[in-house]
Amino acid sequence: MLERKVKVELEHGLHARPATEFVKLCASVKSDVTLIKDKKEMNAKSIMGVMALGVSKGDQVTLRVNGPDEAEAIEKLEKYLMNGEKR
Amino acid sequence: MSRVFHGIAASPGIAIGRAARLERQELKVEKREILSPEDEIERFKQAITKAVTDLEEIYQKTLKELGEEKASIFQAHQMLLQDPVWTSEVENRIREESINGEYAIEQVTEQYISLFSEMEDEYMRERAADLKDVKNRVLAYLTGTNRRQIHEQTPSILVAHDLTPSDTAQLDRKLTLGFVTEIGGRTSHSAIMARSLEIPAVVGIGEILGEVRNGDLLIVDGLEGEIHLNPDPETVARFEEKRERYLQEKEGLKKLVDQPTITRDGHQVEIAANIGTPKDVEGALRNGAEGIGLFRTEFLYMDRDTFPTEEEQFAAYKEVVEKMKGKPVIIRTLDIGGDKEIPYLDMPKEMNPFLGYRAIRLCLDRTELFKTQLRAILRASAYGRVKIMFPMVTTLSEVREAKRILHEIVEEFREQKIPFSSDLEVGIMVETPASAVIADILAKEVDFFSIGTNDLIQYTMAADRMNERVSYLYQPYHPAILRLVKMVIDAAHKEGKWAGMCGEMAGDPIAIPILLGLGLDEFSMSSSSILTARQKVGSLSYSEMKTLAEQALEQETQEKVKDLVRAAGV
Repeated sequence: MLERKVKVELEHGLHARPATEFVKLCASVKSDVTLIKDKKEMNAKSIMGVMALGVSKGDQVTLRVNGPDEAEAIEKLEKYLMNGEKR
Repeated sequence: MSRVFHGIAASPGIAIGRAARLERQELKVEKREILSPEDEIERFKQAITKAVTDLEEIYQKTLKELGEEKASIFQAHQMLLQDPVWTSEVENRIREESINGEYAIEQVTEQYISLFSEMEDEYMRERAADLKDVKNRVLAYLTGTNRRQIHEQTPSILVAHDLTPSDTAQLDRKLTLGFVTEIGGRTSHSAIMARSLEIPAVVGIGEILGEVRNGDLLIVDGLEGEIHLNPDPETVARFEEKRERYLQEKEGLKKLVDQPTITRDGHQVEIAANIGTPKDVEGALRNGAEGIGLFRTEFLYMDRDTFPTEEEQFAAYKEVVEKMKGKPVIIRTLDIGGDKEIPYLDMPKEMNPFLGYRAIRLCLDRTELFKTQLRAILRASAYGRVKIMFPMVTTLSEVREAKRILHEIVEEFREQKIPFSSDLEVGIMVETPASAVIADILAKEVDFFSIGTNDLIQYTMAADRMNERVSYLYQPYHPAILRLVKMVIDAAHKEGKWAGMCGEMAGDPIAIPILLGLGLDEFSMSSSSILTARQKVGSLSYSEMKTLAEQALEQETQEKVKDLVRAAGV
């Protein structure tokens, strides 16, 4: 299991469209992904869960990845949260 | 009795007709015990499948009629329905409590709805509406109730508390004369869709369902944001006239699509479109663009992990050039940096990104990147009328260096006999005070100027346009801006070159008379502004505007410039 603290730099945080993209990305990895904010833990493969965390730009979150491709996955997900949407 | 209500003008136009109330059919969900949870889960799964198919249809319909952006909401709805956590929560409840699917859905979804509606962020609160919409869709399948039928058989004006995105997508233009909602703002889904469908609409009118009965006569004035309930015959006559006038104006604008842009006294200018992707060309042509005045190429570099290849870029440029069928296309080379970043470029954070390593500065430093783009542009030039434009120039040597690199590639092309257009014009964007002030020097070096007002204003006023505290300094009619614009136009004309503008200001009805008077040759703007701008130019006299522009340059403040234009009645 890997855990990493990430400061979300997405311009609109995890709002509808970026949240959709993020969840799709999480669904594409084999490992289980948990997104944690203010001690609330959500399954990151769930759009409702991710949106319910209400993550805004600048928020500190924790990514927890557990599974066969965890090392690769955590890199990919961290990268997205740090600079995914740049429009 | 006749009454007037005021709301927000969400979509222009006048509608006069009979009211049709949209009752929010509250689906009553009752708790039932069931014998076979597994059968119930199967029933639930089938309802989800149907709802997703249904949404896919709505998505396709919206995509065709209104485009990707508006349709994407229905993709999000599909995703909500297929959310693994949500579905397994519902299934668990059915299984563990032996309850009916409807009730389980209601319970599970309500948790999320209340979570969303309590959020501080307004945008997130609105997502609660999406969830409700999605929930009701599944419930309708499960309970066997038909979804609300939006339409009566006769054309009418819809009156509703609110229209959900899927309601709006199902609106039939022929049967919907207009609509009125109690809540919502100018940027709500329903307002945006109403404008795309060209249906007059007033939203945010407040409590009105208690007042309107089916069949009441209604006037919707989407221009002023007004509703007249059961108006007297004189009022009806007045609004019928207003509707006619509005429709005539609209028709008049449509007639201008294939017309040249020409003043009353015969002075001709060009109105072009600013675009961001090849998809935008269609809107530009539909609105009568005489060319593409600014093709931002950044989209090619965004949302990806590696640089776009020469082939990819060539395909995109060629598509635009071909679609424009011989009309000019100005392609701006990469304008990245500042507030626009690309992750794989790996640029360090800067204290002042707007004053930093961006646009032409970056391209001249990372020449491989620049050369790839120039090659792609040159290749596309064989298919139409391409012009190249360099952004953010501040010195003569930048222009010379950029041109030198371009000529290197031209030589290569000649040697290798790769086809390209030999009368390719090369210009720069004037968006810094430095380039405006030395425009006379730069004019000898380029074929044209295009004034980028958004940045020019920001740099001239030394006010970050993202900073709300200084946003009052974003003053397009400030005499300093007008004088710089004049310097640029005069400098271009003195060398027999042309000057255009591709910032917000070019489509601004107050700025147009002044810019015309200053001698601007090309106005490039968002497609939706083109026809109104063309009509404006057609109503003006060039010689009168020359005098007006001279007076504008002498005003002390931006307010006085605005007053001057208003007083001239143009």
